[in-house]
Amino acid sequence: MDTSIWEPIIYLVGIMAFAGLNAAYLGWCERKGAGHIQRRIGPKEVGWFGLLQPLADGIKLMSKQLLVPQGVDGILFRAAPILAMVPAITSMVAIPFSETIQARSIDLSVLLIFALASIGMMAVLIGGWASGNKYAIISATRSVSQNIAYEIPMLVTVITIVMLSGSMNLEEIAMKQEGGFWNWNIFPVAGESIAQAIIMPISFIIFFICSVAETNRAPFDMAEAESELIAGFMTEYGSMGFGLFMMGEYLNIVVGACLTTILFLGGWYGPFGFTSSVFWFLLKIYILIATFIWIRWTFPRTQIYKLLNLSWKILIPFSLAILLLTAVFLKVEGFLI
Amino acid sequence: MSDYWSDVINGTRSLVIGMNITVRELFKPVITEQYPHFVPVMTPRFRGHIELIGNEETGLPNCVVCGMCQRACPSSCITVAGEKPEGSKKKVLTKYILDFTKCSLCGSCVESCNFNAIKFSHDYNLASTRKEDYIFDLVKRLEEQS
Amino acid sequence: MTVPIQCTPDETFVLNLGPQHPATHGVLRVKLTMDGEYVVKAEPVLGYIHRMHEKMAESGTFAQFMPNTPRMDYLSALSYNQGYVMAVERAAGIEVPERAEYIRTITVELNRISSHLLWFGAFVLDLGGFTPLLYAFDDREKILDLLERITGSRLTYCYYRFGGVYNDIDDEFIAGTREFIKRLRSRLPSMYHDLVTGNIILIKRLRDIGFVTQETCRKYGATGPVLRGSGVQYDVRKNEPYSVYPELDFDIPCYPEGDSMARYMVRMDEITQSLRIIEQALDKLPEGPVNAKVPKVLKPGAGDCYCAVEAARGTFGCRLVCDGGKNPYRLKLRSPTFSNLSLFGEVAEGMILADALAFMGSLDLVIPCIDR
Repeated sequence: MDTSIWEPIIYLVGIMAFAGLNAAYLGWCERKGAGHIQRRIGPKEVGWFGLLQPLADGIKLMSKQLLVPQGVDGILFRAAPILAMVPAITSMVAIPFSETIQARSIDLSVLLIFALASIGMMAVLIGGWASGNKYAIISATRSVSQNIAYEIPMLVTVITIVMLSGSMNLEEIAMKQEGGFWNWNIFPVAGESIAQAIIMPISFIIFFICSVAETNRAPFDMAEAESELIAGFMTEYGSMGFGLFMMGEYLNIVVGACLTTILFLGGWYGPFGFTSSVFWFLLKIYILIATFIWIRWTFPRTQIYKLLNLSWKILIPFSLAILLLTAVFLKVEGFLI
Repeated sequence: MSDYWSDVINGTRSLVIGMNITVRELFKPVITEQYPHFVPVMTPRFRGHIELIGNEETGLPNCVVCGMCQRACPSSCITVAGEKPEGSKKKVLTKYILDFTKCSLCGSCVESCNFNAIKFSHDYNLASTRKEDYIFDLVKRLEEQS
Repeated sequence: MTVPIQCTPDETFVLNLGPQHPATHGVLRVKLTMDGEYVVKAEPVLGYIHRMHEKMAESGTFAQFMPNTPRMDYLSALSYNQGYVMAVERAAGIEVPERAEYIRTITVELNRISSHLLWFGAFVLDLGGFTPLLYAFDDREKILDLLERITGSRLTYCYYRFGGVYNDIDDEFIAGTREFIKRLRSRLPSMYHDLVTGNIILIKRLRDIGFVTQETCRKYGATGPVLRGSGVQYDVRKNEPYSVYPELDFDIPCYPEGDSMARYMVRMDEITQSLRIIEQALDKLPEGPVNAKVPKVLKPGAGDCYCAVEAARGTFGCRLVCDGGKNPYRLKLRSPTFSNLSLFGEVAEGMILADALAFMGSLDLVIPCIDR
């Protein structure tokens, strides 16, 4: 492969543009979607259908003073919002959007994305701790225990996929699912055994729940439970500090949706096998994001102990059982067929 | 153990039911009123601030300056003054000031009035940043209306 | 999950909840001594919105205090209005025409439903569910429109007068109310019970949280849904009947569990019962005058009388002492929310923060009613 200087630059600009656009317009989508679920209109005054609303919000946030409260750890306080944003954008480097569109094909890309996601969690911890606000500290400790609890079932589920695909490269995992939806990991009827196809949807649900929890979205938004903790770790942040946290949150959702699509929903392959393009990939991730929004505006919030119970008592046993069964099915060829 | 399984199964079902309801609402029409573009119509009994009723023929206020409203008001926001022109038996209203900053729209004044002299207006767009905007001169208001 | 704290922890911190906090619904301040996420001690601090209603009553005439009553509990304004009006009527010996009593019953029950609907929305909002709030407001808006038609205001209604009501109701109001009963009955099972009551997350957050025993209720004088959620079937409308309630057929919902879920269910059932009451009252509505003959300047003879009504949050009591003058000599207002809040400190001990706030939501606090 001959590498010119232009290729990295184009990818850099492309990823930044994709990230920026998503961060801005997912906020608009969420507000519009929430509005219509509640039978309101949502943003509508700025621009056509309120489409310029993110721009107006951005101008407002940028023109505000960045207020650093007295007695906080200045460096950490300023670093946290950046830390929330950077890992999310960085993970996009490893995500294959289609067969040809991928910034960098890394052998351990699954591992890389999980590592970066953990750094994103650091932002919440640092932001909460550096603020010197009691609400923020409660929020930070909550989000750490939540993320430890939810990374386990998530990783166990990923190990199942890795065992099935025999690779930790996202591109190869996606390529394994070439063809129609019967080849996808969510319901691999065409795979080695039918029994595998029966347990994989459960595995998908576990992974999806975990990604909702990992991105701190309702009903698992323990960290910013506004009726309990005002705004959680963001309580002391104003202007663009808050803006970056928000954008980081949306980008995490995009990364989560991308990962779910590649691991379970056949990446860029069309559902009936003939077509494969970036269009299918984007369609799938936006359907997943819409589900994220839909869930958020339907359910009340869980409570931190109930949340940990859900993980330790339901998700982890189920995901371990699936892992074990998958191992059995892989070893015993033609199991239950 | 059976509790555990019924929790898992019933719980999942309740979540699906909930999501089903919200997605149905998503496609129903919007019910909110888009306020500055569409203004609500006030009901006939709507209590705005008070205003004077003018005589149908002359346009002059019905008020005879008895001062009942002034006495009935719990927050003393009404100031009434009148004078007796020479040769007339009845007092004529010269000043009727409503201090709307204190008014709680209770309507005691309207109820206490025996001469059909005051009524509730239907104004509700009354936002302002200056206090003076809420000291209403109702005599002037009546003159402007007629 | 309530865990008894065995020893005094070495490191606690004070969390200042309020006076400006999304979960306190007003200017209530709660000083929480916390051990991590656990509440060691909870101490409500009141007085941020004290307006001296009782003193204001003494310095004005009987009628001049009227507009103050809806400002105490702005969500069930008509109950408070009724409590005061009834106390004065009792003191002055005024007979209220039957039609006026029926109109009072219809409007006060509509107001009770609107109050419970708002509580429902705000409570689920406290628990982090945004959407049910808007669905509840959709229905509540219909009640506000109905009441606005006859009373002229949307929130702080001051509709009752000594010896009757301000204005008669019209056919359009009756038709609108019947339509509303039908609408809410069809929406209750799906939009409220399927979406929220049956939701596993809500059940997990409310069941076995915030136990209020009958003894605690007795100790602090808690009334209303809090008391009925602890298994005491006490309702002023049944136990000390007033107005036309004896002639109407309705049940007092009562749940013995004493947890937040029980209080939630009591209120949801009360909506159904109020719909029943309104329907019957509309059927029985007699013709006739809506106002008794009452002198313009009211001077009840010297004496002391007490009158209680069942407001949306519990027993609202009015003790009126008259000395034969134009002004009340003393007016003592017993507001239910004050007693209901008082037990918060005791029950919230040992809860985790999120549960304590869910418990506070289930008490249905209206802050101006606490401070008066």
